[in-house]
Amino acid sequence: MTDFTMTTDAEGVAIITWDMPGRSMNVMTRDSMQELNGLIDAALADEAVKGIVINSAKLDFAGGMDLNTLASIRDEAGDDPAKALFDFTMAGHHMLRKIERAGMDERNKGGKPIAAALPGTALGIGLELPLACHRIFAADNPKAKIGLPEIMVGIFPGAGGTTRLVRKMGAMAASPLLLEGKLNDPKKAKAAGVIDEVVDDPVTAAKEWVLSEPNIVKPWDEKGYKMPGGAPYHPAGFMTFVGASAMVNGRTKGVYPAAKALLSAVYEGAMVPFDTALKIEARWFTHVLMNPSSANMIRSLFINKEALEKGANRPDVQDQTVKKVGVLGAGMMGAGITLVSAMAGMEVVLVDQSAEAAEKGKAHTADYMDKGIKRGKATEEKKAATLDLITATDDYAALEGCDLIIEAVFEDMGVKAEVTNKVLDAVGADCIFASNTSTLPITQLAKASDSPGQFIGIHFFSPVEKMALVEIIKGKETGDRAVAKALDYVRQIRKTPIVVNDERFFYANRCIIPYINEGIRMVKEGVTPALIENAAKLVGMPLGPLQLTDETSIDLGVKIAKATKAAMGDAYPNEEVDEVLFWMADEGRLGRKANAGFYAYDDKGKRQGLWDGLTERYEQAETQPDLTEVQHRLLFAQVLEAVRALQEGVLEDIREGDVGAILGWGFAPWSGGPFGWLDMLGTPYAAERCDQLAAAHGDRFACPALLREMAENGQSFYGRFGTGQDSKAA
Amino acid sequence: MTDAYIYDAARTPRGKGRKDGALHEVTSLRLSAQVLDALKERNNLEGHAVEDVIWGNATQVGEQGGCLARTAVLGSRLDQSIPGLSINRFCASGMEAVNLAANQVRAGAGEGYIAGGVEMMGRVAMGSDGAAVAVDPTVAMDSYFVPQGIAADIIATEYGFSRDDADALAVESQKRAKAAWDAGRFDKSIIPVTDQNGLPILDRDEHMRPGTDMQSLGALRPSFKEQGEVMPGFDQVALMKYPHLEGINHIHHAGNSSGIVDGAAGVLIGSKEFGEKWGLTPRARIKASAKIGTDPTIMLTGPVPVTSKILTETGMTPADFDLFEVNEAFSAVVLRFMQAFGVDHDKVNVNGGAIALGHPLGATGAIIIGTLLDELERRDLETGLATLCVASGMGAATIIERV
Repeated sequence: MTDFTMTTDAEGVAIITWDMPGRSMNVMTRDSMQELNGLIDAALADEAVKGIVINSAKLDFAGGMDLNTLASIRDEAGDDPAKALFDFTMAGHHMLRKIERAGMDERNKGGKPIAAALPGTALGIGLELPLACHRIFAADNPKAKIGLPEIMVGIFPGAGGTTRLVRKMGAMAASPLLLEGKLNDPKKAKAAGVIDEVVDDPVTAAKEWVLSEPNIVKPWDEKGYKMPGGAPYHPAGFMTFVGASAMVNGRTKGVYPAAKALLSAVYEGAMVPFDTALKIEARWFTHVLMNPSSANMIRSLFINKEALEKGANRPDVQDQTVKKVGVLGAGMMGAGITLVSAMAGMEVVLVDQSAEAAEKGKAHTADYMDKGIKRGKATEEKKAATLDLITATDDYAALEGCDLIIEAVFEDMGVKAEVTNKVLDAVGADCIFASNTSTLPITQLAKASDSPGQFIGIHFFSPVEKMALVEIIKGKETGDRAVAKALDYVRQIRKTPIVVNDERFFYANRCIIPYINEGIRMVKEGVTPALIENAAKLVGMPLGPLQLTDETSIDLGVKIAKATKAAMGDAYPNEEVDEVLFWMADEGRLGRKANAGFYAYDDKGKRQGLWDGLTERYEQAETQPDLTEVQHRLLFAQVLEAVRALQEGVLEDIREGDVGAILGWGFAPWSGGPFGWLDMLGTPYAAERCDQLAAAHGDRFACPALLREMAENGQSFYGRFGTGQDSKAA
Repeated sequence: MTDAYIYDAARTPRGKGRKDGALHEVTSLRLSAQVLDALKERNNLEGHAVEDVIWGNATQVGEQGGCLARTAVLGSRLDQSIPGLSINRFCASGMEAVNLAANQVRAGAGEGYIAGGVEMMGRVAMGSDGAAVAVDPTVAMDSYFVPQGIAADIIATEYGFSRDDADALAVESQKRAKAAWDAGRFDKSIIPVTDQNGLPILDRDEHMRPGTDMQSLGALRPSFKEQGEVMPGFDQVALMKYPHLEGINHIHHAGNSSGIVDGAAGVLIGSKEFGEKWGLTPRARIKASAKIGTDPTIMLTGPVPVTSKILTETGMTPADFDLFEVNEAFSAVVLRFMQAFGVDHDKVNVNGGAIALGHPLGATGAIIIGTLLDELERRDLETGLATLCVASGMGAATIIERV
């Protein structure tokens, strides 16, 4: 297979075209890199060639490195994977540096101009390759995304992107691009100084440019080059670098090795000549690839996330693409579901008890589009077209022709049964009925339908338009077509699905509730509330358990506690938690919505600090637990629930357990998810920790039988339950 | 083991470390050389009188670089056979010079030393020598680096000192410094700075603000709040190391922190035989010295562990000391020292400290040993302890005993 081809035109411009067979998007692999290297050599050696243009035959330039490549290099390297990764990375540097030097001698004489022509998106190495060229031309394609998003999956730009961008624009200007992985459309990328030209026809413009005898010497290859903004020990640069370490530390809470390694590559690289800086970049890049956290992040956030989105667990039934969706209940969730469905181009019928309520739900889409217009992300036409897709009504008959119904009415078995019946009268026999319940069993809800095989749970997270995960719940009788329908729908709205079985709180809420409870329990025990919250954040949770409770509201906590207690009877383990929770509710401290909760808020609802009343009622213990103990309590509370969900068959695929945890409730992304974290700890140690925590804090930490068995056999979760390919994390 | 004695201690007045400071026109070399010359003249030293000049300095670049100690010897009237050793333990450099000299005397490696230091903060800016600890991510991130002002505010938060506590200590420092000058208590040590023609440049500490009261300090805005809470957000880093705190209480400002000044100081140290040879009377014995490393984030609590260490090593207790000098880098540093050892403020920094008088980084350690000795003599007391907090999480201490 050839990914790159080269033709030389009459004027002496060699056009190298990237066109990976069988893929809609180019990605770089080991083989394609070698191909490109060979073509560059040939073009530089060919006297007929005056200049080179690298372009793509696809709609986009390239999506980046094939991350499976990095994983396989490491796995195939035997007992010296660091060397294999370093050598591979250095080989990449050599090729890109060859493009950049383009045959020039040491005095910067000679050489052939090389330009990159980007038709659309250029990400990761898809931008690092152009950055090594002498000029970057991009098509005026507002949908194109240009940038270096590596940091988002736990690595950093390791094909010279880090070193080149910092030398090009300075550490300060490069930091949002490198540290946040900020992507720009071509115009903004040009304004930011990442690319050089935005034109209608980048290939033609690039050809003209390479024939114009341009200066092709990079600033850093000129004598007297000084880094913009100053190197680390330049007075201005010093302040930048002091600030960078502190900022990255504070923001990442020190748990993301890639951010640290990136900063080190920038800092160390800034003090040496360019080629040495590339070597330094390669050493840190290798260091990150060897870190289990990065490997786990790539596995969950890239490889497995994509696999789930592409239907890894989709039953083999014909295409179930949704054309017309009915949404019942125009509250916050219903309005959000309406929005994302219409945005995806589906016809939506939004039904509520009154036309007025339904219209109010539809107005959410208008508001959202207005915000988008203000920020230049949407247009009036797009808004009008989206709103045209939505019918807001109180008439169930309008649901006729819907192939999917999503119910988001009040969380009450009776109410839900009633609307189910009304819908069944209006829709055809093929229609799939989904409930967006977060607490009620799907199997039981399905009883209201005369075809429970077509009944399913589609659990959205709030706010719908922001949260990337959708949890699909199979009731006992849910059929394959319903599952496929739900998965195809989730694909249409561009979210990530997990499919789980029907047990109390399904998967996500089942794991998050013990986290919240453990935090509240510690308050009762006299652990300093700030320590609880900071411990959570320092282990990578986006919100401390107390803040999360404020956000989700204390009365919801009370409601869940009461329902759980009613269902569990004497086995109910959370009396200690309820003491705090019920007291808070009695005090009217219902959380953010009441401007009073575990935190104090000002009149405008801005969070001030932890509420003094907490430590007045629950005296702080003389001796406070150490940070790790608090963190282990908070994490084990979640991961043991995930293990139990796997053990009980609620989860059928640990990939879903990990991806769902990160996207659903922000579970410590650096770990790659609950199972990734347990594998990092090693099951024997994890089981031992369970025993210690159970002895110290109670049976809720008792080691699940599955984990015990795996510990005894020295098994890892991905070793035993992985799919083979993904057991070898990237 | 031989005992090490202090025979003399001298210092320049401290000039404001700014462009309009009186010493701003003076080079680091000239200020150092004037101290060396004063010690030579006051003690009638000739030829290879001392084994070495150990000179502390916290910012060894430019005019303070290139082994200023040796350059200062060459620029002074000391004999060229005397070498020079520049050292850097940040704020304790001057003290470390004294301790190194004393310990070499005690070990028999040389009979006499001049030890001290210089810092021209208005000419060579603090931090202008670079510092990997602040910018190299492998250390800055993993050891949770924050600047000193933030560290001082962490001490205040962790140990419960309020803005009023800190301001009250600062007001007292100003009051005491003025009283000390008015009573001529620094006369014995002060070397007026003159130009090459002998014309006077500065003869009195310049940084003092004797009128300072709680009200005037109350008007000052906290200096480290912005960089702590907003850009680049050092408080978040501090909370990573001190997660039981909810936030950092920013109480320090220009008025309750040490002044940025220019200054130099030197101490003449020698064995008993050294004194006999030059006809000098020993003023105090350097009984013990200590240094220690501690948490680099809170950074400035060093005086507590280093004092505990020196107490253990000497078998002494806080009650054994008549006076203490605890460098007033920031109010909270001194407040924490007094809190940890239950020491009354009446015994600490009795003639004011760096808040009123200024803190020329490389010189201060030598200055406060001299100040301590002068005051022990004036009050006819016996034993004193001097200690400083040190950047990057260190501490240093010296015990002197009159003979």
